[in-house]
Parts: sequence; structure tokens; C-alpha cells
Amino acid sequence: MTTPNQSGWRPTLTLDRRAGGTTTTGNKALMLEEPLIFEIGNCETAGVDLPEPSGTKDRLGGFARKEQIGLPGLSEPETVRHYTRLSRQNYAIDLGLFPLGSCTMKHNPRLNEKIARMPGFADVHPLQPVDTVQGALGVINELAQWLIKLTGMHGVAMTPKAGAHGELCGILCIRAALEAKGDAREVILVPESAHGTNPATAAFAGYRVENIPATPAGRVDVAALKARLGPDVAGVMITNPNTCGLFEPDLKEISDAVHAAGGYVYCDGANFNAIVGRVRPGDLGVDAMHINLHKTFSTPHGGGGPGSGPVVLSEALCPYGPLPFSELHADGTLSLVEEETAGERHPHSFGRMSAFHGQMGMFTRALAYILSHGSDGLRQVAGDAVLNANYVLRACEDVLDAPFASSGPCMHEALFSDKGFAEGMTTLDLAKGMIDEGYHPMTMYFPLVVHGAMLVEPTETESKAGLDQFIAALRSLAERARAGDESLKVAPIHAPRRRLDETLAARKPVLAWHEPSPAAGIPTLSEQGGS
Amino acid sequence: MRYLPLTDTDREAMLGVIGAPTIDALFTDVPSDLYLDGPIDGLPLHASEMAVEKHMRHLSKKNLAAADAAFFLGAGAYRHHVPATVDHLIQRGEFLTAYTPYQPEIAQGTLQMLFEFQTQVAKLYGCAVANASMYDGSTACWEAVAMAGRVTKKKRVVLSGALHPHYAETVKTMARFTEDEIADALPSLTPQPDNAGLIARIDEQTSCVVVQYPDILGRIPDLAELAEAAHAKGALLIAVNTEPVALGAIKSPGEQGADIVVGEGQSIGVGLQFGGPYLGLFAVRDPKHVRQMPGRLCGETVDAEGKRGFVLTLSTREQHIRREKATSNICTNSGLCALAFSIHLTLLGEKGLRALAAENHRLACIAADRLAKVPGAKVLNDTFFNEFTVLLPKDAREIVRALAHDSVLAGVSLGRLFPTVDALSGGLVVAVTETTTEEDIETLGNALEEVLA
Amino acid sequence: MTRYFTEDHEWIEVDGTSATVGITDYAQSQLGDIVFVETPDAGAALTKGGDAAVVESVKAASDVYSPVSGTVTEGNAQLEEDPALVNTAPEGEGWFFKLTIADPGELDGLMDEAKYKEFVDGL
Repeated sequence: MTTPNQSGWRPTLTLDRRAGGTTTTGNKALMLEEPLIFEIGNCETAGVDLPEPSGTKDRLGGFARKEQIGLPGLSEPETVRHYTRLSRQNYAIDLGLFPLGSCTMKHNPRLNEKIARMPGFADVHPLQPVDTVQGALGVINELAQWLIKLTGMHGVAMTPKAGAHGELCGILCIRAALEAKGDAREVILVPESAHGTNPATAAFAGYRVENIPATPAGRVDVAALKARLGPDVAGVMITNPNTCGLFEPDLKEISDAVHAAGGYVYCDGANFNAIVGRVRPGDLGVDAMHINLHKTFSTPHGGGGPGSGPVVLSEALCPYGPLPFSELHADGTLSLVEEETAGERHPHSFGRMSAFHGQMGMFTRALAYILSHGSDGLRQVAGDAVLNANYVLRACEDVLDAPFASSGPCMHEALFSDKGFAEGMTTLDLAKGMIDEGYHPMTMYFPLVVHGAMLVEPTETESKAGLDQFIAALRSLAERARAGDESLKVAPIHAPRRRLDETLAARKPVLAWHEPSPAAGIPTLSEQGGS
Repeated sequence: MRYLPLTDTDREAMLGVIGAPTIDALFTDVPSDLYLDGPIDGLPLHASEMAVEKHMRHLSKKNLAAADAAFFLGAGAYRHHVPATVDHLIQRGEFLTAYTPYQPEIAQGTLQMLFEFQTQVAKLYGCAVANASMYDGSTACWEAVAMAGRVTKKKRVVLSGALHPHYAETVKTMARFTEDEIADALPSLTPQPDNAGLIARIDEQTSCVVVQYPDILGRIPDLAELAEAAHAKGALLIAVNTEPVALGAIKSPGEQGADIVVGEGQSIGVGLQFGGPYLGLFAVRDPKHVRQMPGRLCGETVDAEGKRGFVLTLSTREQHIRREKATSNICTNSGLCALAFSIHLTLLGEKGLRALAAENHRLACIAADRLAKVPGAKVLNDTFFNEFTVLLPKDAREIVRALAHDSVLAGVSLGRLFPTVDALSGGLVVAVTETTTEEDIETLGNALEEVLA
Repeated sequence: MTRYFTEDHEWIEVDGTSATVGITDYAQSQLGDIVFVETPDAGAALTKGGDAAVVESVKAASDVYSPVSGTVTEGNAQLEEDPALVNTAPEGEGWFFKLTIADPGELDGLMDEAKYKEFVDGL
């Protein structure tokens, strides 16, 4: 891999039916095709300046690398262009509405980025002596206090690294609490409409998962749930507001029944954005709930992470929470409870879930966001999020089937189905049409309890004018789907790529770039008939 | 409020369309006795950008930043220089504020980056396939153990005593509930890793052997010997790496026969950040194990016009499809940290990574020689990359705390990592990177001499 | 040679105590493009209604149950290379596994082809 692009890769030159022309480069003005780093870089180029290695004696004990690794380098200008060009093929919150139900894609304030990069936060090692990290522990403690007060819970485990990791934390607390009583229960009940992480988590913690049906109104069937409770049920995992975008009004009654039967209540807090400052899960009888800082408290999703999933816990579960955690003392100093002091300070902990203290970089961002809004602003966040979702629901229910429209107001997301689409038209087609309209599609085919589900979560950071435009686009797409407009079947036509062949990707997985062998006979540009 | 675009006029108009008198009326499903009709007491109200910045700056000032100290901490998190380009590019909104790339037509940027990242990790680790990231090294280690159980259908997990104790604790926590049997041990303070002792603990019931490379004391174990011993008993070898820069200087775990290679990617592109968010790396040597891997995978395909493109693939392993039968419950991973890693590694390339590794090793050798001269101190290691263990005649925890008052962050004491083992209390793990100056090394040497005098 | 069907859309073709099992044309049409099939190893003991194989499309994974109890004699190795056979020939070349039937009485209650067609039409 010493010379760049031995593979002879060139952008595919296709006839653009709309523009009726090709370009020599395959680019279209601002839409630039970008090869892989393996096709443009080489092993002699570096975009950093480092001293030439000297041939001094090493202490690697005969394990020194001899073979080439095969890592291509790019100069700094080439690197900037490569990633800038790639970035432009992404949709993002910074470009427009991201109506992904269950994901809470809201505006990410840049103040939070600035703060997270302060040297006192960004340039601190997790194992420094605690005297030298009082500010970092202060951030964790201050954020923890907010989370406890906003949820009305007793304590919070800050270390989980994302929502699913938080679920695991909560379920392990439940398991440890039951084990401490010598009570070996085997079953976790999960509603049909739950996120996939819920059953996966319960199974990972060694539980058998049983589904609880939903009522025609889109809520948990309380009678069925109560009937299933018994000495083998460790607990239930409930999402509130649920994934149909509805508040579970009977959660307190469910909690009481679960507790009476000796079990615990886990709440999936993915949808906390709808109720923050309006109702506290602790008042609803919840024992454990994770909070996605990357949803409700606006730490950026970053194309799939990192997240952060602190878990608020009831008094009954607090003794079992994971290590390490910070403790505030009367003199205002903070200490860490970790393996060394756990024996006396926190003897019943179920243990450590990961190295170090959690997603500090997310804590600083989330705390900055929370302080900006304050308790009054957060309450307004929930109000505007719910208002925006109801506005979309009522503005579209005449052209899109809304299965639970008559169940009363929705919470922060509006759920539609594909009922009424012409034969052969699918939710996928409508979603791909959204792309051409300049929007990221809504969540599709989830929750599973609704056929061809479309879950729209506008969030509170959309203006009315922006929503009006989105509603107009959604209405027109709904009408095209109902009318059987075949052009939707080939959408998107304006995106950097047309529909991708996912079947090919899965049948013949290519999961890493491989040096093409000369025998592969990759055609050169002239053989491709390029101009 | 500056983050909320709706005006009161907007709200009124929208409530009119909805047919509700107030926003409160939209919350009718919340039991009225539990509905909060105003801001929660005891919490501050909204604050200006200036005020928030001031408050947070005040907190940040209470920390001793690594740059303001003579700094020698490692043990799973390393201070390297990250080029300004990296942080600039990851803050582009199209990367920063994008979602998981479930809609490939408008996520090719993230997807192509992930494909490049997976390839870079696979090459670095000497493996066939790497996934699109885990949360961090410790959780990747646990996932590898779980995967080994799925592959071998066995339950006994042999941990090397020289595995990072946080990683070992993470594995033990998860195994408490999955009926895996964890055989762990303590590190022996020997100049060479105790491979023979580890091999003696592998039996026919063993699903995997977990070994750190370089290990928690900085020593470099012979993975080839361990792989052979593990395979002879039908077990997999899991190699754990916490310092990816080392792989610019030493052989990859995959080429020595490790079956699953996992680790922490923080060193490349991602700052210290008090321990997170970090970047879990996960790769397998044999492509036939791909379907047992946890996490997301990005693969190459073509679009409807035949153009090359990338998609998330083999998703049926994952929780959103497989639910309780998924290979893992992981959903959100460390996408943006993976991007930072990939950009930094692209800037380095082969030449830069090797030079960076050489510079780390050169400075570490200088530091080891200097600390060996401290009366009463002894350097344990025969081999190391950029991290080694010094044995001190006093409890290293106390020494670390004492030196911190003079802005010398001397290293990570074994007493903090293994608090219950008195025999290790004199151990100090010292890490040196390209950010360490020879002056820093001299400062540490002098400070130790002073405190031990 | 008699062919029976289950309500879970498996077919089983019986020849004495040997049988071949696959999924029906209706099942493959519901799944869409099949991308992966995991068949049981020879020697595996299956129970009636228990998990026997897994079939995956891009967006879904389904368990395939054994219509009767028995011991697997062969899994269809061709499907590893060419899972698309389940789409193109579900009730022929796209078979999943062969087994030795433990209790022929378990075949009672399975549907014949006409009955299965009626069952599918009612879905």
C-alpha cells in the first residue's frame, strides 16, 4: 500500500436522469464523491510531525512489530477535506428537523461543547488523587442532585454509559435486592411495545422474559399484568410515556401491585423528555429508571454515541447500586467510594459495571444544559415537546391513520400507521420520500404493536414555522402513499445515494476494506469508458 | 428561553388547532394529585449563558489539569497529544448532531467513516473484522467473555492476574448473574508475566483465557504461547489492550493467535475527560465468529444505481431485532469517539503511528533508567512499552497523595487498584507518553528521592 | 412420501421414519429476502415445537420449530453458501434439515396441503 489507490477506484459515472449529464469527476458541484482513506492515503504520508525514530536498543523483549500494519496516512489538508466531504453526506440536527420517535433528537447547544473542553474537565485523569479532582466530583454530585430531585427518587448510579447499560444496572440492582432476601425469581415482564433493549437486558441478566399485551387504546393491559404477577416475577420493565407516545395513567396502580407481589418496577426513561418537571417517576412507584442524558439533556448523539445512562433508584434499591460513586461530606469535600472503601461504606453493592466513573464528558454537557434551563425551563421543555407532538398529530390525523388519536392527547411523540395506503405502498416508501423533502425520516416499524408504525417526535426545539413546513411535507407524502404514487417506490432520488442493497450487504458481508489482488482485474478509468 | 423557539403567540395558535385550552390540559393522563403545577422547589431557575459558563468554570478550576502537573498516570487511560484538526472535525454539526446511521441514504458520512474505522482497528489488532465500537475497554472485555461462552458453549473464564482490576471486576459483576465461573488471580510482582502459571489454570471446561497486552504492570506477555495452550483445551484467547499506541511498536495480538481482541481506544483521538466517554474496540481474528459479535457492524454494498455505499448490516444479532435473543443489549455506542480515533489515526498513518510509538518508548526507557537510580526504588519490568512498575519501600498510595500537593502526579498506585492486597502496596505504575518531557522525568525522580529520603 | 404442514409455516415430508423439514412458500414471502440460515448439526435432538433452526432476513430473525421430535441426520449445508434458495425453492432445494422421527404419532394433528392452504387464506 505504498502508492495511493492501487485499486483504481473511481466514482461511478452514472447518467443523472434529472440533470441529463455526467461530470468527469463524478462530483455534482457541492456534492463531492469521496474515496476511502485506503484509496487516497499511503504508508509514507503523515499529517503530524514527529521525531524520526532512532535505532536505540528497545525493551520490547522480542515482540517488536516487523510486518507492515497497512495504515494509510493523509496530510493535514487532505484529512480536513476527507472528513469535511464525508460530513456533508450526513443529515443532522444542525440541518433540520429529526423527527425520530423514542430518540429525542433536539438542538445541541454549543455552550455545552465549550464547557466540556475546559482543561479542568477535559484534561483530568480518572485515577488522580481525589484532592485534585474535587471539581469533577462536584459536577457529578451536582448533576446527581438534579436527577434525584427531578425524578423524586432516593439516589442515583452515575456510572452507566448509555441507556441500555443503565437498564442493566437497574435490573442488576433488582436481582441483587432479591438475592439479598434469598428470593430467586426468574421472570421479568415486558410490554409488547417495549424497546428491544428491555428484553435483551433482562435476558442478559439471566431472566426469562414474558410479554404483557397492550390494550386497543395503546396502553399496558393492567388486568393481564396483575394476573401474571406471582412469586416467580422479579419485576416489570415499563416505558413511561410508552413507545406509543402515551402516558401510562395506571403506573402507580401497577407499581403497587408489583410491590405487593414482591417484585420491583423498572422504568425505561427514554421518553423522560415528555414529563420532566411535570411528574416525578418516584411518585409513580418506580424503583429504578435510567435517564438518557443524550436524549432528555441534549448531549449530542454523535452519529451513534457516546451516550450516558445514569439510573435513579428507590430507597429499596440504593444499597445495591454499583461502584464507584461519589460522596459529599459535611465540610463540602467529596470522596469516592470504590473497592477500597466499599466494604464499610457500601457493602451490598452488586459491583462495578465499567472502568472509572462514568461518562464525565456527558455529565458536564448535561449539567450545563440543565443549569441553562433551570427547573422552570425544564418544565417548559416538556410542555413544548408535548405541544409540538400534539400539533403534528392533530394536523395530520385526517390524512394519516393515527391508531390512538382517540385515546386523548399524546405525549412527546405522535404515532401513525400505514392503514389506508394504496396496495403495495409501505411505511418505508413514505419514509424514503421524507428524505427527498429534506427531512430525516421518522422512526419506522416501531413500536411493533402497530402495523407499519411511524413514530414522530418533533421535540421542543422546533419552531411553529418549521413544524408547519414539516406537516405540509408529511401530508403530501401521506396523500401520495394513499393514492399509490409509484414514484415513492424509488425514493429518495435527491440524496447522495439511492436506496442501498441491504440484502447484498448481509448475504455477502464486506466488513473491512481489503487490498484488491491484481488478479481481481479492476478496470482502470479508460476501461470503464470514462471521459 | 434561548433553546425554545415557540413564542406564547405560537403556543396559543397551536393549542387552538389541537383544541386544548392550555399546555397543562395535554397532561390529563397524569394523575392530578401527582402533577406538578410549577417548578420543583429547591432547584435553581433558568440561567444565562454567561452565568452557566462562570459556574462551570469555577468547578473546572477546582481540578488539577494534567497539563499543569508533571504527569505520569496511565493504567487504562493515557495522556497523548491530540492534533487540533481532530477536535475541529468532530465538532462539525453533520457528525456531532447526527443520529445512528439507520437511514443510509443520508448517513453515508458516518457509515463510510465507520467502515474506515473498522478496517483501521482490524489492521491494528491483526484481526479479520472489528465492530463499530463498544462503550469502553472494560465493557468490551465483558462482551468478549460473553461471546466466548456463546462460541464454545462453556462457562469457565480464566482471567490473568495482570488484567486491569476494573476490567476483571466488570467481568465478575456481569458473570454473577450469568452463571459463568470466573477464575481470577492476583498479579505476581515478577519481571516477566507468569505465563506458566496462567497456562496451568486452563482446563477442558475453560471457555476463554483473558490476558492483557501489555499488562497492568506494563509487561509484555507472550501471546503466541498462551494462544497455543488455550486452543489445545478448546478455549479462546481474549487479548485486552488498553494502550493502542503500543501496537505501533509491538506485534498485534491477532497475528499471535488471539481469537478475540478488545481494548480501549481512548489514547488515539480521545482525551482523558476524567474517565469517559471512552471508546471500546472489539475485533475477531476468524471471520466465522462474526455472527456472535456484539454491537453494530457497517458493511459495503451498492445502491440502486450501482454506486458503492455503506450500511449497518447483520443487524439481526442486535437487540432492536432479536430482543431477548440478541448477542448484546448494546444500542448507543461510542460513535463520535470512534470518529475521533479514526481521524487521529488517519493523520498519523503507518509512519506517524510507528514514530509516535517509538517516541513513547524512548521516553519511557529514559524514565525507567532515571527512576531506577532513586535510592530504595526498583523498576520491576524486564519488558515494557510506555508504562512500567516501580517498587517503592513505602505505601505508594501515600506517596502519590503527597506528591500531588506539589503538582507531581506520579502514577497510579497498585494500592488504589488492588486495595485489599498488602503485598502490592509498594507498587507504582508509571506511564510516559510523547507529552512527557525529560524535565518532567527529572522532576518525578527528584520528588521521589525527596519523599523517600 | 407424505407432506404435512404446521401452523408455524413449516413443512415436513415423511418417508417411513425419515423426514425432511423446511419452511413454506408463504413463510418465505412474509420474510422477504433471506440472508442467513442456521441449521441444526447432525446428531442434535429436537423436540416437537422446540427451536430447530433460525432464518434471517435483513430486518427480521425467526426461529424455525421442529414439527416433530427426533434426531437430526443432516442440516442443509447449501443454505450457508446460498440462503437465497429459501426464497427461490422453499419447498424443494431450500429444505432446512432431515431427521429421524422419534414418535410417528406426533404427526397426527398436522395439516395436509389443502388444509394448510385454507389456514393461510384465513390469515
